[in-house]
Amino acid sequence: MLKKLLKLFATMFKIGAFTFGGGYAMIALLENEFVTQKKWVDKDEFLDIVAIAESTPGPIAINMATYLGYRQAGVLGSACATLGVVLPSFLIIYVISLFFDAFLSLTLVANAFRGIQACVVYLIFSAGWKMFKGLPKSAFNTVLLMITIACMVSFSIFAVKFSTVFYILISGVIGLCAYLIGLAHKKGAKK
Amino acid sequence: MIYLQLFLTFLEIGAVSFGGGYGMISLIREKVLTYGWLEEEELLNFIAVSESTPGPIAINMATFIGSSKGGILGAALATLGVVLPAFCIILLIATVIRGLLKYAGVQAFLGGIRPCVVGLILGTSATMFLSAVCHFKTIGGGFAFDWRALLIVAAVALFASLWKKWKTKKPSPILMILVSAGLGMLLYSF
Repeated sequence: MLKKLLKLFATMFKIGAFTFGGGYAMIALLENEFVTQKKWVDKDEFLDIVAIAESTPGPIAINMATYLGYRQAGVLGSACATLGVVLPSFLIIYVISLFFDAFLSLTLVANAFRGIQACVVYLIFSAGWKMFKGLPKSAFNTVLLMITIACMVSFSIFAVKFSTVFYILISGVIGLCAYLIGLAHKKGAKK
Repeated sequence: MIYLQLFLTFLEIGAVSFGGGYGMISLIREKVLTYGWLEEEELLNFIAVSESTPGPIAINMATFIGSSKGGILGAALATLGVVLPAFCIILLIATVIRGLLKYAGVQAFLGGIRPCVVGLILGTSATMFLSAVCHFKTIGGGFAFDWRALLIVAAVALFASLWKKWKTKKPSPILMILVSAGLGMLLYSF
């Protein structure tokens, strides 16, 4: 048991330490480790886990680690796997954060980061754009997306405080209502 | 009580961030700007570092912000906060409610969230653009157009599309960050 926990921890630590670019890059590595090499779960179950990870809140890597860890060694396995995937990030970033301000006080570095700031804006836009293209094209999705963008940008310009949490909860409830209305319509049509 | 605040804030971020990667960027931005933890420029720096180091962006951001506001304890609590909701929810799904996602109602709820999250990310990039390139935050606030920043955004976009044409895949974010770092040194130093 202890051996299995250690192995889980070590595998996840390795994945946490070597995947750049977060969530989706990590899925490929996890599949390679857990399905192809160790054969701890089969392909179908792995795809199920990915679907669950994508539809639950939180970083995808954490969702995957928790689930895979549980399947291997119960709650303790979950904890080991999650700790393993988090620890490399934590250590690397903590060390960087100690030196970051000193590093930024160099003029040349500060100038480089002014360029990088502009790039990050583009990176976020391009991540959003990619997700937009992956979204099923329906009137419902388009309208909800447009309203969200319009509200967010105008609230921000006019300094209206409206938490992101509300956007998420309200749109979830709208999705649920749309489904219930659709259901009621179907029932009405049957009668 | 910065420690409690860090923990609770990242607990909230962890609990409602759907869509992975940049899914939580709008909420992180809202929180750090509201609490005055970071300026817009610092936030963008932190995102760049989180993107260029291994590991999930959400974890990197939590550790970074936690450490800059509350040292190692702050970093640990922020990271614990962002991990805990995902950990508990997945454990619940794995143990008790295995079929949770098969319910049509749950799917409908998630179906509403999906376009919203995409909208939030695009909206965030728009407000960040206004703030980073035009130094424009709210009506009545200042406005100072930064042509260098606009030039860099345009150059990076051009670089990405050219690279995609030649190599048939997008350049990695790290490569783009390096290119923009070079451009920043060049444009802002002279």
